[in-house]
Amino acid sequence: MLDYETLKVIWWLLVGVLLVGFAVMDGHDMGVGTLLPFVGKNDVERRIIINTVGPHWDGNQVWFITGGGAIFAAWPLVYATAFSGFYWAMLAVLWALFFRPVGFDYRSKIQDARWRSTWDWGLFVGGAVPPLIFGVAFGNLLQGVPFSFDEDLVSTYTGSFWALLNPFALLCGVVSSAMIAAHGAVYLAHRTEGAIAQRVRLTAVAAFVVMLLGFAAAGVWLAQGIDGFVIRSAVDTAGAANPLAKQVTREAGAWLANYQRWPLTLALPALGFAGALLAMLAVSRGRTLIAFVASSLAMTGVIGTAGISMFPFVMPSSSHPASSLTVWDSVSSHLTLSIMFWAVVIFMPLIIAYTGWAYRVMAGKVTADFIRENEHSAY
Amino acid sequence: MVSEQLVDLSRLQFAATAMYHFLFVPLTIGMTWMLVIMESVYVMTGKVIYKDMTRFWGKLFGINFALGVTTGITMEFQFGTNWAYYSHYVGDIFGAPLAIEGLMAFFLESTFIGLFFFGWDRLSRRQHLLVTVLMAVGTNLSALWILIANGWMQNPVGAEFNYQTMRMEMTSFWALVFNPDAQAKFVHTVSAGYVTGAMFVLSISSWYLLHGRDVEFAKKSFRIAAAFGFASACSVIVLGDESGYTVGEAQQTKLAAMEAMWETEPAPAGLKLIAGINEAQMKNDWEISVPWLLGLIGTRSLDKQLPGIHEIRAKNRERVVSGIEAVRALEQVRHNPDDLAAKARLQTHQANLGFGLLLRKYVRTMDEVTPELIDRAAADTIPRVAPLFWSFRLMVAIGFGFFALSGLALWYSIRGSFAERRWLLRWALWFLPLPWLACELGWFVAEYGRQPWTIYGVLPTHLSVSTLSVGSLYGSLAGFVGFYTVLLVVELYLMVRFSRQGPGSLGTGRYALETAHT
Repeated sequence: MLDYETLKVIWWLLVGVLLVGFAVMDGHDMGVGTLLPFVGKNDVERRIIINTVGPHWDGNQVWFITGGGAIFAAWPLVYATAFSGFYWAMLAVLWALFFRPVGFDYRSKIQDARWRSTWDWGLFVGGAVPPLIFGVAFGNLLQGVPFSFDEDLVSTYTGSFWALLNPFALLCGVVSSAMIAAHGAVYLAHRTEGAIAQRVRLTAVAAFVVMLLGFAAAGVWLAQGIDGFVIRSAVDTAGAANPLAKQVTREAGAWLANYQRWPLTLALPALGFAGALLAMLAVSRGRTLIAFVASSLAMTGVIGTAGISMFPFVMPSSSHPASSLTVWDSVSSHLTLSIMFWAVVIFMPLIIAYTGWAYRVMAGKVTADFIRENEHSAY
Repeated sequence: MVSEQLVDLSRLQFAATAMYHFLFVPLTIGMTWMLVIMESVYVMTGKVIYKDMTRFWGKLFGINFALGVTTGITMEFQFGTNWAYYSHYVGDIFGAPLAIEGLMAFFLESTFIGLFFFGWDRLSRRQHLLVTVLMAVGTNLSALWILIANGWMQNPVGAEFNYQTMRMEMTSFWALVFNPDAQAKFVHTVSAGYVTGAMFVLSISSWYLLHGRDVEFAKKSFRIAAAFGFASACSVIVLGDESGYTVGEAQQTKLAAMEAMWETEPAPAGLKLIAGINEAQMKNDWEISVPWLLGLIGTRSLDKQLPGIHEIRAKNRERVVSGIEAVRALEQVRHNPDDLAAKARLQTHQANLGFGLLLRKYVRTMDEVTPELIDRAAADTIPRVAPLFWSFRLMVAIGFGFFALSGLALWYSIRGSFAERRWLLRWALWFLPLPWLACELGWFVAEYGRQPWTIYGVLPTHLSVSTLSVGSLYGSLAGFVGFYTVLLVVELYLMVRFSRQGPGSLGTGRYALETAHT
């Protein structure tokens, strides 16, 4: 069995991997959903757009579900505190997600313009709302959120839903939404042809520009205007998880400390910029597959930047800093982390293999002919 | 102390969303294997009608599946949003099967369901059949892992309390996986799903036969459903999870309550068919029972005794008294980790910690506890008897109804004369809603029968909730009711519409009603 301290770090990385997996996989079909009502000018075009992700959206959504399950298993206190604290934000995500399975499956089963247009907007909500809220959530985590534990580790959250919608958090929401929309546009450029493909190339470039500007602005804001958190007491990184056993203070510039300590981590924000620039260049030249890979790398960079800036914090508390949750003290037991680690090691390669096979089977452009030939079975 | 209204609303929301979710799950579980059977016949015989059957029943399966996915996400969210302390207190154990469910089952099911619907022209026959099989395996594996999680709530094995982290922690993963309770539950639940899938196809096929259209299609579907349904109905009865009820103490309480067994009877105990339950005086005013039967089913023996409610309650009172010591010792150890005497006392009483926590419903500290409150806590450990007793009986009666129906359906299928027996077809049609009723009753018995605990003997329900405002709960409950009502209406509309149209909805040109929908 790997030692406890190592497993705690590995699990921080694995949660990151699952988040990136979610952004790359579920992200592209959420991006497609976001763009659907704007890019698809008529029913056939919209059906083309939907069917590029038709066979895959459900598998992709499991990245999200597994990410949630993994946080439950590996960081139960984070799962408990974040989901209950962000109650209305989480319900908004959940209710937005309701529109996806039914939207995809039911939309084209009835030939009625109003019925179909209603579900198209449903798919838009299901694609646009979750990335926006996740971005806003990250923006709030970076500023700290108001919660504390009592002696029994019952968490109480004292903020409101509206307080989550502060300027910095909204900026992070814009970055997240732009990133997902750009990613979806790149995917559509790869899977469609003709007018739609032309249109989404421009969309992708525009969305990447917004994302790059937003990411840069958020970086400056974080460095200048947001106090980070620092653990001020000795931490037993291999000890039992107890979030009340430390002292924490807020300090200006603390979120930049990791970049000084490990200069190599600067590669993450750099990857965010470089990936987006490369994706922009590639998609405008029609090199859509390269653009998709570059866009995925950009998302890895952006999510990694948020993660490493806060490390070892996961969910800092603004109202009672000592209650902050870190990778050292919000985790499961040694045994559970170890079992879950092996479960990921065994199943993740299998998942990637058969998901890859599924994409290969369905590869190629989705065309108007395809929709005509599969009138009764396509989405 | 947690407001009782908050606890009640949280329970109501969970119960409503879980029961709603389980309207869609059993059909998914059962239909996957029905589709595998139909497609296997297609691959073996090459007859295109079996491909059409797979695709048409698959279409209805898809309409149902979409809502299964939609409502399933709610379940995962809700442990965190509404049961935060539960998630913290047992996440170390409970979270693992949920995460493994995602990794091992959901990915498999969800990836291949896409290919099931879209891969017909891109895969060879055998490849497509493999896809369908993998989809079915994924679906059934997901049932396995969620029932391992649920089985642990009923019978929490392989875990121990850790005062440093203030939670339960896993001590044996294999004890969790091979929890006899979980295994019994898995077999019973998937069998119930298979019955649901079979009854669904049997009923709708009967409707086509009664209307005399798409007869060949309906006959072939009916036969497969009859055979699969009869095997499943046998399985759901024989492997009914009553055997699981004697495994842990939780299930003994549940068994005593659902059998209205107030007194401990000499082994083997009789099975009450019906009884006049007097909850206030804790006795039955009258009862009709079959001697020996319960003892035989419940213990698989002639001499093992099953404890009655009075005996369980008396034993639980002692556990509450011991639990008070555990809570006190825990508070001292949390305050001063070097207090060895308190640590030793905690060790002695730790197994009853949960019973001490029951008192937190009434008092903040153990110093305020009175003998009356101890009585009350002990009384709380017995769920209400009448709802369990009658729900269980209704479920069993429906189960035997399926046994009879599918048995006759199979018999006349073998004789080849079922299509003329209109009484049988009508019976099958009227039975359409009953599998769902039986499934919901079964879950009601399992979960209501575990009260007042979320984790039996470990964590009381009233401590498990998130610290939310009552207003938030009213708001979210209203939201769920609104969304779920609209979704149900839409789903039923599509189900009825496509069921009525029948295989003509495939647009192959081989069936009736091709033009009703294009």
